[in-house]
Amino acid sequence: MMKWNKPFTYLASSIIGISLSVPVNLYAADEVNVYSARKEQLIKPLLDEFTRESGIEVNLITSKADALLKRLQTEGKNTPADILITTDAGRLHRAKESGVLQSAITQALKNKVPVNLQDKDGYWLGLTTRSRVIVYAKDRVKPSELSTYEDLVDPKWKKRICIRSSNNIYNQSLVSSMIAHQGKEKTEQWAKGLVSNFARKPKGGDRDQIKAVAAGQCDIAIVNTYYLGQMINGKDQKQKDAASKVAVFWPNQNDRGAHINVSGIAITKASKNKDNALKLIDFLLSKDAQVWYAKVNNEYPVIKNAELSDTLKSWGDFKSDALNLTKLGELNAEAVRIMDRAGWR
Amino acid sequence: MKNSLNRWLLLSLVITLLMTTPIWVLFSFIFEPTNENWLHLSETLLPEYIVNSLWLMFGVAIGTLLFGVSSAWLVSQYQFFGRSFFQWALLLPLALPAYIIAYTYTGLLEFEGPVQTYLRSIFSVASINTWFPEIRSLGGAVLMFSLVLYPYVYLLARSSFANNGSQAMEVSRTLGAGPFKGFFLVALPMARPAIIAGLTLALMETLADFGTVQYFGVPTFTTGIYRTWTGFGDTTTSAHLSLILLAFVATVMLLELWSRRQARYFNSNKKPQDQTLTPLKGRQNLVAFLVCLLPVLLGFLIPAAQLLYWSIATAEEGLNSEFYTLVWNSFSLAFISAIIVLFIALTLAYLKRINQHPLANISTRIATLGYAIPGTVMAIAVMIPLTWLDNSIDEWMQSNFGISTGLLLSGTLIALVFAYTLRFLSVSLQTIDSGLEQIKPTMDDSARTLGASRFKILKEVHIPLLKSSIITAFLLVFVEVLKELPTTLILRPFNFNTLSVRAYEMAADERLADSGLPALLIVLTGLIPVIILSKMIGKKHA
Repeated sequence: MMKWNKPFTYLASSIIGISLSVPVNLYAADEVNVYSARKEQLIKPLLDEFTRESGIEVNLITSKADALLKRLQTEGKNTPADILITTDAGRLHRAKESGVLQSAITQALKNKVPVNLQDKDGYWLGLTTRSRVIVYAKDRVKPSELSTYEDLVDPKWKKRICIRSSNNIYNQSLVSSMIAHQGKEKTEQWAKGLVSNFARKPKGGDRDQIKAVAAGQCDIAIVNTYYLGQMINGKDQKQKDAASKVAVFWPNQNDRGAHINVSGIAITKASKNKDNALKLIDFLLSKDAQVWYAKVNNEYPVIKNAELSDTLKSWGDFKSDALNLTKLGELNAEAVRIMDRAGWR
Repeated sequence: MKNSLNRWLLLSLVITLLMTTPIWVLFSFIFEPTNENWLHLSETLLPEYIVNSLWLMFGVAIGTLLFGVSSAWLVSQYQFFGRSFFQWALLLPLALPAYIIAYTYTGLLEFEGPVQTYLRSIFSVASINTWFPEIRSLGGAVLMFSLVLYPYVYLLARSSFANNGSQAMEVSRTLGAGPFKGFFLVALPMARPAIIAGLTLALMETLADFGTVQYFGVPTFTTGIYRTWTGFGDTTTSAHLSLILLAFVATVMLLELWSRRQARYFNSNKKPQDQTLTPLKGRQNLVAFLVCLLPVLLGFLIPAAQLLYWSIATAEEGLNSEFYTLVWNSFSLAFISAIIVLFIALTLAYLKRINQHPLANISTRIATLGYAIPGTVMAIAVMIPLTWLDNSIDEWMQSNFGISTGLLLSGTLIALVFAYTLRFLSVSLQTIDSGLEQIKPTMDDSARTLGASRFKILKEVHIPLLKSSIITAFLLVFVEVLKELPTTLILRPFNFNTLSVRAYEMAADERLADSGLPALLIVLTGLIPVIILSKMIGKKHA
């Protein structure tokens, strides 16, 4: 038996080694712990600024929204997380339903954000908005030919539309909004019509759809605004060239407005640093932070009077869909089923 | 002696039980009733998932065998131009994660990419559309996987060819067989356990991949699992899909087991003798060169050049102190995990050998199922039991001592290392196992008659003979952990970032150029073990 000891000592010491390498500042007094589905580059600079101003340490984990939600659920009352940040309203709604959030948003914070961009019971708030719009090839499509999302099933668009896979949450949200406005049957017919107008099988991300329009593989694409903004303002010359060949069309301006979604924030039920969490939310809704989002990622601020970036200004004002975003979460599963039946892969 | 045998068996069962916790977690979902999502899936997408996964496996099997076996055979038997370079260069694609090679080839070959744009400047649009293959397709995915996974087959096949090949070939030559006949009738069957072991790894990794098939728009089990979870918020149905995936994996494993049953060859020589390589001349020389160049060129040089091009464009911003932290985190995590996995694999492989008990054999098999569980599923399946344990300990401590212990394991690197161990045990075990199978059992018997204890046999007979397998196993896991994405993304603790997470976050945000630098660094770091590996093999069979 003695001979076993040596290898086990190695194992034990490596485990102890790993444990020691875990940062011990997890238990610092003045801190706030963030689970974020926003990528590190699009949240960390703001968190660092918050720490500089307030002296409150921010600990961050970025991951996919569903994984973070699952982590919150399994960790239960022992979760270290105080805050959950997602990049769509549907996930925030799902988090609320699964009982890991608390209704902690103060009236002062609620007042800063439009009513349709927040939870009616004070569980979550939108931080920025983005719209899912139509982009078209300037040389082949006249804006007068375009009107609404509904119109995209017209046979004149046969083999001319590019859009990414139905796995994507932004497409799921768009279809959810269609269900909310048009009902299930009409939405399913619409989805089938849209699929029959696809120029190619859905593949790649939103930028790929824009590039495909620029290269002439399709004439119009449905994408989130900030992807186009990033291509215009990025360093990649080929992407800049591609972006310059397309233009934004705001759909449904004569009726409900263009589909929008938010990136949003919520406080967890088990939060042990609620005051700090509220301070962080207040900071993220400050003018500086909101302008930063507009500049760095070309997203629309949720507060009034925050200045837009030049790119956002160039796209002009638009009417956005006033649908309460909670609906997007409620109808998400139905939307996926409809896309499956429509053959939208 | 009987007593100690039982102790070994018990130990092997305990390790297996621990290693398979997440699989039991998955199995617990069997008892959950199916819901309307399941019905919906079976009516719409399930057949497609199955058919696509089967085609993918079939294609990748062909691809990895073609690239891996041909190059391994040439390098181990012949002297030709560039052989000493190819000997290690053929391993290079191992350093590239499949989803990254997929990004780079898409950038090059898509409709808007430089290749097609150039072709369009020569020919008309319509004519190119009719014949230019679409990279983002099932066929494209097969090619991507084959290019980054063939090194498994190459690595294991080469060491088998090198150990057995030349002597067997000499014999077959004296019996009048030509090189082709000798290869197909003698060397190939002898190397079969090793080749199949490499192939099994490649297929398991193919089945577990999410990033590539997702990007290429090929619906498979992994995309289905993810979509059911995120789209429907339905963990039960995604667990059910995962179980079907596991059934696929079990089938692959049974095939491997069956293939090994069919033939188990032991080289009766004590030491691999110095190889004599047959020199190739003229056209044969050129053909051998091209056969080895092709996989290296497509699987490494071209994508690495693309990454380098992207990196140079972003190096100014990307290279800062934070970046070095990423490197350190990735490196140390990979090192610790590889050591632990190696230790467990050695234990299991050895226990299996001395037990010769069907129970030990089966339990070792089950312990390796984790490799084909998609990283996302594995992460969740690790998270559930660990947080349960943490919360139970916390509750117990609260009620008895009034102390809250919080999350002891699940929020730390221990959870991550545990998940890696489950996921990559197979890589290590397959390598050790196929090495161990080449040491004939009579050697154990002789040592036993001489009164050596089992531990002493391990230490003084097996480990020295297994040295190259051990280093290979360590390095393979090291590179795997370095590349690993979904588990790291889901289980990592606060403020802990790695190269693969950085590369992914950039790529997921469709900032491919910015993902170039961390991706290139994964590749470069992955090169270090590859070079050590080749040096070591080079020394042995120079």
